[in-house]
Amino acid sequence: MDHAVLITLTVNGVPVTRSVAPRQHLVDFLREDLGLTGSHIGCEHGVCGACTLRVNGDIVRGCLMLAVQANGCRVDTIEGLSDSKELAKLQKAFHEKNALQCGFCTPGMLMAAQDLVLGTKKVTREEIRAHISGNYCRCTGYQAIVDAIDEVING
Amino acid sequence: MKAPPFAYAKPRSAAEAFELLQRPGAKVLAGGQSLIPSLNLRLSSPELLVDITGLEGLSDIKVQKGTVRIGALCTHAKLEKSEELRKHLPLVHEAVAHIAHPAIRNRGTIGGSLALADPNAELPACAVALDATLVLVSAKGERRVKAADFFKGLFETDLKPNELLVAAEFPVADKSVFLELARRQGDYAIVGLAGVARGGAKRIAFFGYGARPLLITPASLDAAKSALPAPAADLYNSAATKLHLAKVLLDRAWTTLS
Repeated sequence: MDHAVLITLTVNGVPVTRSVAPRQHLVDFLREDLGLTGSHIGCEHGVCGACTLRVNGDIVRGCLMLAVQANGCRVDTIEGLSDSKELAKLQKAFHEKNALQCGFCTPGMLMAAQDLVLGTKKVTREEIRAHISGNYCRCTGYQAIVDAIDEVING
Repeated sequence: MKAPPFAYAKPRSAAEAFELLQRPGAKVLAGGQSLIPSLNLRLSSPELLVDITGLEGLSDIKVQKGTVRIGALCTHAKLEKSEELRKHLPLVHEAVAHIAHPAIRNRGTIGGSLALADPNAELPACAVALDATLVLVSAKGERRVKAADFFKGLFETDLKPNELLVAAEFPVADKSVFLELARRQGDYAIVGLAGVARGGAKRIAFFGYGARPLLITPASLDAAKSALPAPAADLYNSAATKLHLAKVLLDRAWTTLS
């Protein structure tokens, strides 16, 4: 492996140490080295949002962060947030409102939506749309996704 | 869509960073929100990435007398959340909300945006409109360059290969206005403007207009409109469309600045 670097990070609460190539981005590392395939790879240049992750509590594009940059970081993926039931309300609302069809964008969409949910204040539909503007969905037309997020945040 | 191979180093001190930057094919990595896409698309192939995010003291927002100094590693998200910035430098505060999307703003930095000098980016235009001073540091010492002299052309700046942009100092303004037209929230601007008024004198910088921010310092709205040169067309918008839209933005901005 070229220029391999040893990194240690916490993924979904579990400490992980691996040797990585600097050119490997974080989502490839999670999917290929750790088998966490919930974070999807769409465009790989920061446009689609399918790879949205949480690093040290903030959402990021997993394809625009190198695995080496995550050294020492706390990384949370859709698997972690789903298993801990943190996303339970959003997942239920997405299900009930038909806020997904093929499901490819859904992990990233849920990560972006949860970021807004954690803001805890009431938000307008325009603010919801602005917050998920970096997450593409090619099935739903977004209306149902906004409905689901709106219900969880605003009741 | 995979980046070419490169080495990676994360210096702990500026001295170490300058030494690493001497190496052939070395490139600075900050937030990486423009660099990593260009690597993934193989538009760029550095031999060594020097990650400067381990350097101390480069992410502060300091309000001094009449000036706001912003460290190069300050993320767009930090600027967006800063109450100090909203109060003292509303132009930049408004501008960052237009930069891409929340997940990108969490990592992208002001220094990265200024050093890249994307002609469609918001912050270079803000720096030019506010007459900001950019602070560049190398192993030899510090150099201060006015924003209007720093942006030289398309992705081209006055930054030397062994220099780091460490901060930008923005003089405050009496009034300011930020306007951007984009197809969708977070897209690059079709055209946009950053406008500032100080004691009746106006400075307006357009972005998405040419190879670098276009500064005009007009005395009247008519003078402003006639001072506009033909803009550069992009893939989707003709020069005529962009010129029309720039004039529309001028109309909207003028009352706020007067």
